[in-house]
Amino acid sequence: MKPAPFAFVRPRSLEEALEVLGAHPDAKVLAGGQSLVPLLTMRLAAPAMLVDINAVPDLDRISCDDDGVRIGALVRHAALLRDEDAARTQPLLRLALSHVAHPTIRNRGTTVGSIVHADAAAEMPAVLALLGGSVEVASVRGRRTIEAADLFAGPLESTLAHDEIAVSAWFPALRPGERVGFAEIARRHGDYAMCGVAALVGPERTRVAYLSVEEVPTIVDLTGVAPDDVGEAALAHLDPQPDIHATAAYRSQLVRVLTRRVLEQAA
Amino acid sequence: MSEELHEITLRVNGHDHAVAVPARRLLSDALRLDLGLTGTHVGCEHGVCGACTVLLDGAPTRACLMFAVSAVEAEITTVEGLSQPDGSLGPVQQAFKDCHGLQCGFCTPGFLTTITAGLEENPHPTRDEAREMVGGNLCRCTGYQNIVAAVLKAAELR
Repeated sequence: MKPAPFAFVRPRSLEEALEVLGAHPDAKVLAGGQSLVPLLTMRLAAPAMLVDINAVPDLDRISCDDDGVRIGALVRHAALLRDEDAARTQPLLRLALSHVAHPTIRNRGTTVGSIVHADAAAEMPAVLALLGGSVEVASVRGRRTIEAADLFAGPLESTLAHDEIAVSAWFPALRPGERVGFAEIARRHGDYAMCGVAALVGPERTRVAYLSVEEVPTIVDLTGVAPDDVGEAALAHLDPQPDIHATAAYRSQLVRVLTRRVLEQAA
Repeated sequence: MSEELHEITLRVNGHDHAVAVPARRLLSDALRLDLGLTGTHVGCEHGVCGACTVLLDGAPTRACLMFAVSAVEAEITTVEGLSQPDGSLGPVQQAFKDCHGLQCGFCTPGFLTTITAGLEENPHPTRDEAREMVGGNLCRCTGYQNIVAAVLKAAELR
């Protein structure tokens, strides 16, 4: 199929993009488009206007300091995956990004776009949630920071207002004594995972994030749980959903296996 | 009411092409319909099969997952741009021929562009790396064995 007709603008500045977005209630932001374009092509979405932000300057920057990694809205998954400073500052980024689709999709898709697309089957929303990161959003009304805990409202639904653009995301650095792990199972290499698990193990706390298990990325605290019991302990907090790819029982089994696997990785 | 057309210039295989396209024209369709470059094939049209893969500033990109109006500042390379200046086969094309890396040929343009860029990044891939390189492209004929062999052969020919 082909997308329904839409108006198209390609602003040269963030201010211009925000103005257009603010003036058109049925406009949608286009960054990498690797999730949005298929939705348009299959006519699951039909916005009246696309605001292509790819020509907006300075949104493709990655900056790292002792506190964490900040990435602009146009940083492609592939660029973040390659970035040595980012990998050193927060190793979970590279671990998880290598599971995001295929290299060809990562060349165009943006990490910030994936986060605010808020697909519960995507890796980077779960990573942001696990690390306790945030997203900075802008509109003609001003700027604000949305904490990851407040970002994911439901399947494919973030708490951004219609006129807001996510201009950057921030991932906290790995702190001394912390370890990370990531694993997922998909039907096909590079496809959406039926279950994915990320772990952040510190001296005081063990937290685990689940993607593709519930309708939003879900965090479970497994501090102090014995290694043999982690799977069941996680399931006590989760309600694995069935879909065309996996039954609830199979997802539960993946939770048991992968929870143990990532915690061994992060031990 | 007729749909608004956008006057754009696409730079493909070293040449500028001025075209007028609706905003919803996928890059894959613009290459085929507006430029007549039918080497870029359209399979699934939602980013899964890889047949439409072109190089955008050297990086493999799904032409069906972007709009032509978004490709205006990029240097695009299609399969037509992979042959040698004298018209003979480029190294990846030659390797596919030598190794029987294609049967029906539908998926081949996407493999050729992907591997061309992949060998730029990793000129001497192992067999496993060769498999990873083509992991995002589907072929329903060959069973992939000869495609992987062609990646390794192309690395020798380059």
